[in-house]
Amino acid sequence: MQFMLLFSRQGKLRLQKWYVPLSDKERKKISRDLVQTILARKPKMCSFLEWRDLKIVYKRYASLYFCCAVEDQDNELITLEIIHRYVELLDKYFGSVCELDIIFNFEKAYFILDEFLLGGEAQETSKKNVLKAIEQADLLFNNYLNNSLFIGIAAKHFVKSSNGCSANFA
Amino acid sequence: MSDVVEKTLTALPGLLSLDSQSTKLSSTSKLGNLIRGITELTSKHEEEKLIQRELTSIKEQVSSPNTSMRQMKELMVRAIYCEMLGYEASFSYIHAIKLAQQGTALEKRVGYLAVSLFLNESHELLLLLVNTVLKDLQSTNLIEVCMALTVVSQMFPKDMIPAILPLVEEKLNHPKEIIRRKAVLALYKFYLIAPNQVQHIHNKFRKALCDKDPGVMTASLHIYLQMIQENPEGYKDLTTSFVTILKQVVGGKLPMDFNYHSVPAPWLQIQLLRILLFCSTIFLCRDVAALCIHCVSLFFYCIQPLSSFPAILYESAKCIGNFVLSLKINLKYLGLKALTYVVQQHPKLALQHQMTIIECLDHPDLIIKRETLELLFRITNAQNVSVIVEKMLEFLPFLKIMLCCCIIYTLFIVLILFSYEEYTYAPDNEWFIETMSTVFSVGGDMMQPDIPNSFLKLLSEGFDSVEEDRKLRLFAVDSYVSLLQGEPGKLPQRFLQVISWVLGEYSYLREELEAATVLRLLAKLLDMKSTSSETKSWVLMAMTKLCEGGAGVSVTQEVCETYGSSLDTVLRQRAQELQHLSQDCELRARVLPRGAGLEPLEVDSSLSFLDGFVSEALAAGAAPYKAPHQRQEELAQAKALSLEPYGLSLPISMSSCSIADRQSPTLLSVSSGLSGDSPDLSHKGGSTTLKLDGVKRVWGREGYLSEREPVEESAHVEVPSPLQSPSQQGEADSSQSQTLTPIPTPQPEQEKQQLASSLFVGLGSQSSVCLMGKSESTTQRFRRKAKGTVSSSGASEQISNSLASTPSTANHLLCNNLLDSNITSDLAVSSLEQTSQLSQGPAAANGICDVELTGSDMSETSPTLIRDNGVVAADPAPHEDPDKLKDLCLRTHLPAEFSGLCHSEITPLCTNQTLDFSACHLQKEDSLALVAFIYNCILMFCSFQVSCVCDSPVQEARSHSVAVCQYSLTVKRPSVHVEVVGTASYQFPAGTPHSAQFSYKLPLTSFIRPLTVSTEEYGAMWLDFSHDTKQKLTLISDGQEPLTDTLNVLKKKLQLHVVEIIGMEGIVACRLLRDQPCLMHCRLHAGTLSVWLRSPVPDLPDCLMYHCQRALQEH
Repeated sequence: MQFMLLFSRQGKLRLQKWYVPLSDKERKKISRDLVQTILARKPKMCSFLEWRDLKIVYKRYASLYFCCAVEDQDNELITLEIIHRYVELLDKYFGSVCELDIIFNFEKAYFILDEFLLGGEAQETSKKNVLKAIEQADLLFNNYLNNSLFIGIAAKHFVKSSNGCSANFA
Repeated sequence: MSDVVEKTLTALPGLLSLDSQSTKLSSTSKLGNLIRGITELTSKHEEEKLIQRELTSIKEQVSSPNTSMRQMKELMVRAIYCEMLGYEASFSYIHAIKLAQQGTALEKRVGYLAVSLFLNESHELLLLLVNTVLKDLQSTNLIEVCMALTVVSQMFPKDMIPAILPLVEEKLNHPKEIIRRKAVLALYKFYLIAPNQVQHIHNKFRKALCDKDPGVMTASLHIYLQMIQENPEGYKDLTTSFVTILKQVVGGKLPMDFNYHSVPAPWLQIQLLRILLFCSTIFLCRDVAALCIHCVSLFFYCIQPLSSFPAILYESAKCIGNFVLSLKINLKYLGLKALTYVVQQHPKLALQHQMTIIECLDHPDLIIKRETLELLFRITNAQNVSVIVEKMLEFLPFLKIMLCCCIIYTLFIVLILFSYEEYTYAPDNEWFIETMSTVFSVGGDMMQPDIPNSFLKLLSEGFDSVEEDRKLRLFAVDSYVSLLQGEPGKLPQRFLQVISWVLGEYSYLREELEAATVLRLLAKLLDMKSTSSETKSWVLMAMTKLCEGGAGVSVTQEVCETYGSSLDTVLRQRAQELQHLSQDCELRARVLPRGAGLEPLEVDSSLSFLDGFVSEALAAGAAPYKAPHQRQEELAQAKALSLEPYGLSLPISMSSCSIADRQSPTLLSVSSGLSGDSPDLSHKGGSTTLKLDGVKRVWGREGYLSEREPVEESAHVEVPSPLQSPSQQGEADSSQSQTLTPIPTPQPEQEKQQLASSLFVGLGSQSSVCLMGKSESTTQRFRRKAKGTVSSSGASEQISNSLASTPSTANHLLCNNLLDSNITSDLAVSSLEQTSQLSQGPAAANGICDVELTGSDMSETSPTLIRDNGVVAADPAPHEDPDKLKDLCLRTHLPAEFSGLCHSEITPLCTNQTLDFSACHLQKEDSLALVAFIYNCILMFCSFQVSCVCDSPVQEARSHSVAVCQYSLTVKRPSVHVEVVGTASYQFPAGTPHSAQFSYKLPLTSFIRPLTVSTEEYGAMWLDFSHDTKQKLTLISDGQEPLTDTLNVLKKKLQLHVVEIIGMEGIVACRLLRDQPCLMHCRLHAGTLSVWLRSPVPDLPDCLMYHCQRALQEH
């Protein structure tokens, strides 16, 4: 995969991930062109485009367009399923995801994407495993965020479990 | 420690709700404010102002030493957001790296994310990240290692790979699968950017492939795909492992959570398939395809590379059919795409979907339309090119709307090449010129420059006929003059260039057209604002060719004055040329001889004629010539600080300046002896003769070059029989009407069918027949009176082709009537040549035979046939053991040519007091001979006539003698048994005529002959056959190799030819007499033999299957 773009119906970019080295200018031009082209297409039209020497696969979910560019030898259909899998992951993580979730927590969307696709290739296709990885990282994250609270709970927990242990030994 | 934390935290499920709280919290944060602020804004300008303000504040805070890491993280997120909106925040890049370096886990994560979003592989700041990555890879915190590996596999400076490679390698043995997986992907990334650095760890990849975690295994497949692509031979040993993995995946052995909408790990399957396609053999692939045939979407993947494998293609054709017919537009698109791919090799496959394709042509989605056009392009042949080009032209106006230039390019190349080479088939000159004009004016400047060139080349080179060429050019001139008289301002530049070239070159052909008029028209082009300077120089060139005294002088003069002082050097030069040449008629005639476009201009590329001038200039102190690259270098050096004192740079720059316009040899001011090696001096020549080297010739005079085969195929026409019997004709007709759809179609449908018939004409031999009838009028259109030599309508001749591809010969008689109306309604034996032979008889009979034999393939042997075997005739036939003796004696009556062949038992057919009628059959190489013996039992002379497959001549049989008739039989429509019925009528000299009915039954096997083909031929044939049957047969399992044994039995009993046996599969071929092939594919499967028979002849596979079954049972 060459890149992935998420943009709204108004043409606002919501997320962009580039797997090939491109200059800033090129990126901007590509995303502008693509957003225009795709937004001009009617809903009943097919999800594939041939654009320059790439295949563009896009799909609209509510007000958000997901768009992937793959190489010529890649399969369009399976790319479409990758998009869908990603949406499933977002949905599971945010709980019936909407555009606002992605706008306000776009860094989370990036983290999920990074667990799912790595360097342009599908890394882990098991939904469970991806979410597990994200959750673990999040837990760590929150641990630091709510430091005081966590230390309290964790300490209690430790006391409990060590108590349990010692009881067992006794 | 991290483990402890991890455990602790997973033990607290309540945290998840906290987590969601915290995400909501962020909406009240600064980022939330920013986002809300932006959405509230209405104008782009305000947004810009807001973001700039935001960026300034971020910048301030970021560089302030008091900012904590947590604040930094918040700032970074905002910076990412601004970047995403398209505003540069490059100041924050370094801080992102810092954040990744110094932050604790949470900030680190955002830092890494920001780095991976901000920077690309080649960014120099990335070097600063190496240390951080190194540190994190060594960390005991899983999350940190994960983050480091993630960033490494997304981007890493190539030169720094050795620094971290050992650490990443080490991670391949990490107990956590997520780390192993990421490490494998990181190595994959390294392999992509620096393959030689990871060479030594190839066996570790193998370990990853065998990893117990499916995720790690999947990740390792990326590497293998890459490696196998590069070296398919090197990994043959892994093929079986891949197949095993695939089988396990398809068999649902993976954990449930790998399922995607109840398909087990589709991505993994596809990946495996792709790998297998590179490394496996044909049969293996079939195996694989069979595995995943159930999954339609997956299967599509195989279509492209696998279409060369016959068995797959059959399945994929079905699959494509489903796709194409699908109501879901995405599937339809993919179906069309696949079809486009497949029809290149098997144009017939498009026939099944003609109506869908026609519908897709009118589809509102341009992408679908475009795909359809491409499909049509692939099936273009001599007969339908005109219709297809028309369709493509309809599509042209839409192309402007689309931004995708590559589509436009391809289409135009396609189109132009069509028209270009297809000129041979184009209905006429007008059509061609007009079509080209349309292409030029619509396609305009988006098309590639070599396209107009190839058109001009076509015009200038012309064809074989001088007159025809003249007409074409004349028409071009006419149509272009009228275009210029209209609104030339709207025409694209490329087209204007073409027009001016054509007018300059050929307008003299139109005598009544004055040069002055053309000159004025061209001058008008020069005045237009939109005309580019390149076009202007084309126009000036054309004017130079045209300016010839008279009225044109004033126009040329004016133009010369205007452009003689132009700032554009090329233009100025052209104007100067124009001025000089228009004044000097003699020179003009020498430089630009009329109509000499074909002779290559001799260009003195060394410019030796200037040597004198150069030496003079050098002597006068001019600087020597420097090649452009030399000058460039000097220029580059000049840019750097020069500490040397100023030299004599002035003359050098002078000379390089004047060299810049050395396009014209006549005006060349400064050059030197060094100029000999300057390659681009042939420019002058280039402007008159066209550069055409780059133009790829896709189209030959006969059609699309790579598609020669199908074209030839459609041109293959069998000679229709002039004496075809009415019954056969009728039959052929009826079978044609069977393929036609019986439902009467409404008007628009009919139009579509009409279109279909013209589009798909000449694609398939058999199935296309159904549409051929209608297309006859269309094919007529394509014929060109002058040179319609190649394309003469194969279609119309094919119509008269009977379905049975047997050529009927002259002595094809009413036997068909007899057979068809008789008991044997579904089995019809048609004898196409009949040879009746009277072995012993009067010379008169022989004479008749000779006549009968004319034209049949047995005519060479006929002299030997007539050899007298009078010995037998003299045999008095004593009646002791009549039957045995009769058999013996009859056997001796066998014609001599058959003596070497084994014949079946002679069976009595009918016996009465007077005649004893028996027959046997013999298998010859290319026919089946039926020999009938008539034994006259009574002592009387009788004349008789046998009408069996056909009437034999009236023969006479003397008493106690044997008359022999021989027929050669072929099967017209296969059935399990073939029955020959006939009547023998006989008459004694003075008596009433008698007749006796007889019938003779033959198994189909007697008509089967081995067919010797190679595996490749087999593969090609397999696809073309439409009738098939599959069945499981019992296996002969007493030997070591059941498959070989079974096939040998079949070979022996049914005379089949075993083409090849590979492992568990074998392919066998045979033919029914008259070259109707039947192919058999056998595969061992669970103790039985799955047999798949295919043939172009209906019923043949079924009948043969029956005999195979019998043969194996009898064994």
